Amino acid sequence: MLLAAEAATANAVVTTTTGAVGIAWLIPVLPALGFLAVLVAQRWLRARAAYLAIAAAAGAFLLSAAVAREVIGAPATYVRPLPDWIEVGALSVGFDLLVDQLTVVMLLVVTGVGLLVHVYSVGYMLEDRGFARFFAYLNLFLASMLVLVLGSNLLTLFLGWELVGLSSYLLIGFWFEKRAYATAAKKAFITNRVGDVSFMVAMFLAFATVGTLDLLELNAAAPGLSAGVATALVLLLLGGAAAKSAQIPLYVWLPDAMAGPTPVSALIHAATMVTAGVYLTVRTSPVLTASIDAMEVIAWIGVLTALLAAVIAVRQDDIKKVLAYSTVSQLGYMFLAVGVGAFREGVFHLVTHAFFKGLLFLAAGSVMHALHDETDLWRMGGLRRAMPVTFATSAVAWLAISGVPPFAGFFSKDQILTEAYKHGYGAIYLLGLAGAILTAFYMTRWFVLVFLGPARHRDGVHPHESPASMAVPLVVLGLLSAGGGLLNPVHEGPLYRFLGPAVAPIGELGYVPVGPLEEPALIGISIVAVTFGLGLAWWLYGRRDLTAGRVVEPVRGTLADLAERRFLVDEAYAAVFVGGGGAVARGLARFDGRVIDGLVRGAGATAVVVGRVARRAQSGRVRGYVAVTVVGLALLLLLALWTVR
Amino acid sequence: MGPLTLTVLLPLVGAVLLGLAPGARDRDVRAVGLIVSLATFASSVWVLVGFDRGEAGLQQAESFTWIPSVGARVAFAVDGVSLALILLTTFLVPIVLVASWDSVKDRLAAYTAAFLILEALVIGVFAATDLLLFYVLFEFSLVPMYLIIGIWGGAERRRAARKFFLYTLLGGLVMLVAILYLQTRTGTFDYIAIRDGLALDPTVQGWLFAAFLLAFAVKVPLFPVHTWLPDAHTEAPTGGSVFLAGVLLKMGTFGLLRYALPLFPDATVAAAPWLLGVSVVGILYGAAVALVQTDIKRLVAYSSVSHMGFVVLGTFALDRTATAAAVVQMVNHGLSTGALFLLIGFLYERRHTRRIADFGGLARQVPVMAGLWLLVSLSSLALPGLNGFVGEFPILLGTFGVNRAAGVLAAFGAVLAALYLLWAYQRMFHGPLERDEDRATPDLTRRELAVMTPLVLLIVLIGLVPGPLFDLVGPSVDRVLAEVALAVAP
Repeated sequence: MLLAAEAATANAVVTTTTGAVGIAWLIPVLPALGFLAVLVAQRWLRARAAYLAIAAAAGAFLLSAAVAREVIGAPATYVRPLPDWIEVGALSVGFDLLVDQLTVVMLLVVTGVGLLVHVYSVGYMLEDRGFARFFAYLNLFLASMLVLVLGSNLLTLFLGWELVGLSSYLLIGFWFEKRAYATAAKKAFITNRVGDVSFMVAMFLAFATVGTLDLLELNAAAPGLSAGVATALVLLLLGGAAAKSAQIPLYVWLPDAMAGPTPVSALIHAATMVTAGVYLTVRTSPVLTASIDAMEVIAWIGVLTALLAAVIAVRQDDIKKVLAYSTVSQLGYMFLAVGVGAFREGVFHLVTHAFFKGLLFLAAGSVMHALHDETDLWRMGGLRRAMPVTFATSAVAWLAISGVPPFAGFFSKDQILTEAYKHGYGAIYLLGLAGAILTAFYMTRWFVLVFLGPARHRDGVHPHESPASMAVPLVVLGLLSAGGGLLNPVHEGPLYRFLGPAVAPIGELGYVPVGPLEEPALIGISIVAVTFGLGLAWWLYGRRDLTAGRVVEPVRGTLADLAERRFLVDEAYAAVFVGGGGAVARGLARFDGRVIDGLVRGAGATAVVVGRVARRAQSGRVRGYVAVTVVGLALLLLLALWTVR
Repeated sequence: MGPLTLTVLLPLVGAVLLGLAPGARDRDVRAVGLIVSLATFASSVWVLVGFDRGEAGLQQAESFTWIPSVGARVAFAVDGVSLALILLTTFLVPIVLVASWDSVKDRLAAYTAAFLILEALVIGVFAATDLLLFYVLFEFSLVPMYLIIGIWGGAERRRAARKFFLYTLLGGLVMLVAILYLQTRTGTFDYIAIRDGLALDPTVQGWLFAAFLLAFAVKVPLFPVHTWLPDAHTEAPTGGSVFLAGVLLKMGTFGLLRYALPLFPDATVAAAPWLLGVSVVGILYGAAVALVQTDIKRLVAYSSVSHMGFVVLGTFALDRTATAAAVVQMVNHGLSTGALFLLIGFLYERRHTRRIADFGGLARQVPVMAGLWLLVSLSSLALPGLNGFVGEFPILLGTFGVNRAAGVLAAFGAVLAALYLLWAYQRMFHGPLERDEDRATPDLTRRELAVMTPLVLLIVLIGLVPGPLFDLVGPSVDRVLAEVALAVAP
């Protein structure tokens, strides 16, 4: 019955060059042109660069809306043929676009949040000497991300994937004069490169077994894959996704990425780019369903990341670092969702997370703006009256991410946990629930420390509300965070049904529920859990006098200290890869100089002796070279004579 | 005389012109060099215009009597592979000459003449269809390069020049013996006659293959016969480094594809797995050693060892995708590494140091140079959208289909490339602008920008629209592979 319903809603594949889909290639091209124009003419444009960049983003958004309208009106998988990119031997890859329901959701999130962040940045970056360059990079990011979500094959997806990585590198290192920031940028790029190797090998394997990199062809061929190949393929794709979406063991770059300007953290490192891994796994969901074992690995990676990052977030004292670990944690929920077969629920959480986490970062930027770039949570507080818009919108986002009904995050997170339960993953469900408690806890701590109680900021700081260009995006995202649940207020709601044809059916995976509980009961459990986390934090931080600062931190003990030091993972990685790898490289360099080149020098010693004798017969450098030439010629002449004989 | 012979001779005419007027002013020398090299480029484009892409074999053949008694002729022809490399050569020479206008203060006429002679020899190497002619040109190309390093190079130039000369000369001598053996068996040096008319038993093939391989492996250079390259690069003047990395190394990989594969197919197939292994080691080894270099030129030299490893990997994958991409990657490496050496040269002229630690925070001071440096680095580390990727990815993809371990291990070269290039970039261009020397470093001049522009445009263009390049080399590569397969099959 369920299967029949799903089959009936499967998309037809429509190749088209007309309508909104026909000009969908403009969606990435507009911001790409914006990037080039601003980059080349930044000296001349100065502040006007922002208008150009915003116009490009707005154009991309409007076109995306037009494409959305077309797909909603006539649901199908549209393919827009475009010229070839790489065609060599057996490999043939074009720039064709793939537009279906999943594409539409991603397009709207990316261009929508992207546009808001562009507008916000006008106020935020106004004083910066790199103002125009910043907008150029934002446009580059937007173009790259749109290539990623529009590409119809793994290789054009990878093109976007790498270019968002480049944009991320450029923007994390935007203030490159600071060594730590430049290092963070490089760390992000290199960590992602490790994931890229996995992604590339996934493509090699797909090509070697299926003979194509085309997403539709690959997905169509997925049911015929052997179990071993399917499992390998999914795990390799996961390797790529785990880097881009900051999952264990490759999450370490994302917290450092907070070195970038805060609008960048909101757009790239919370709302959009870091969800690319989730997009990749959902996009290839038919391949995933060919290996339920590999899917379970995804689910475990997701839930463990969600928990680990949530624990770390509890004891971070930097306004952005809390949000960064929170992002890692929330991305973990999306992977959990994908792993337990809840593809659509994962995408729903991706959307609501883009709203409330984008908002939280923009609000953090607003606070930092008001407090002269203060980032220490213990030097904030008392901002409720001074910054009413930032305060109110942040409150909405705080409740949304904590999972308080009826805000957006409540719906999306609960639907994920429900699916984990319904699909028989009991342990994952419980760990996910524990993560939800922690989420409510650390976000409440964050909110209290930032906004409530008496002011703890440094002398001479007079907080003020941010300008309209920053406030308006906050309000828009606030409304979306509050009402985003309406996209899918019941489990099989509008968004769920809309996305149906774009993801793999899971009816045949044989999921059996953990127990007899139905969704209302599970929701009840969730609400109790969230209330507990939120209430505990309120009790610990909300009622306490925090004016003494960090010394009154109530969460203490060995585990808490380890959490504050991020469980020393960064130190361990540094020891192994920087220390160990560096030692190997230095050893090889010595080997190269002494052994390999030494052998050559030994062999050449005779020649050198001969050379000395030859040099004695000559005087003057140039004549020496001429002599070499003459000797060479003579040799050839001899050779000719010999052969003539 | 057709355009192909004209392309070989034009630079020689320029060199003779410069030799006839020993007292010429630098301005006139520059003009002659530029005009002649541009005319040569135009002539090679003329070859391209007349090139029949439907024909996979050698075409536009021209042949002149040389040593009739042994069947040696001055014979030229091109296929897609050699034409691509000839175009790369003629494209790079004007760039190299203009880039050297200010940096070479001493004997500019001789320097320019040396480059033009070198250009003629190298074009001849790519176009020759007579084995003796090929050998003579292959070895004689050492002489002008030896002079360029030895006269206009850095402090240790003489030692580096001697090492370069002896190393590569000795590699070539073994090949000469093999070529002579082929002549005694066939009575001719004609490439096509030997290729199509000679059936050698596998043991003999093995020896001859080894002889050719040694000559070409040194030239590439393939691990472990690569140690002449870092010294030569470090001491060569900017133009020498650009031309060495851009073109001379390709004579090795070109030789493998043109001679080692079709002449000795059984030996090729037998040796291929070993060479895949050596290539992978070279890719990772070169990258690891590049990582800890303190001299930016040595770093890029070792990166060449790594990147040329990709080319050899693709060549011996003996796969239509990988091998064609290997040829494309020869061109890409020439453009990317050439551009990188140019930028290093520009910086060296300003600061007279190559030590990475002597720079810092330059991006604020010289934003244009920094931007181009980053772009070229990204091209070199094979970022999709730039030229390096469209070569490297199909090489890996094709290799994986033949040998999974080789494909996977080589892919890790991409991580290391990002590491050494971005780390070097970070140390030189990021961080605070503190030193007085850094604060006083001027950005690129118009001339330097003009020199970089064609390279940068090609880097982006090939990255997004590689089709024409693949179409040019594809049929010729397919033909070579078909010959190998045909010879081995029965």
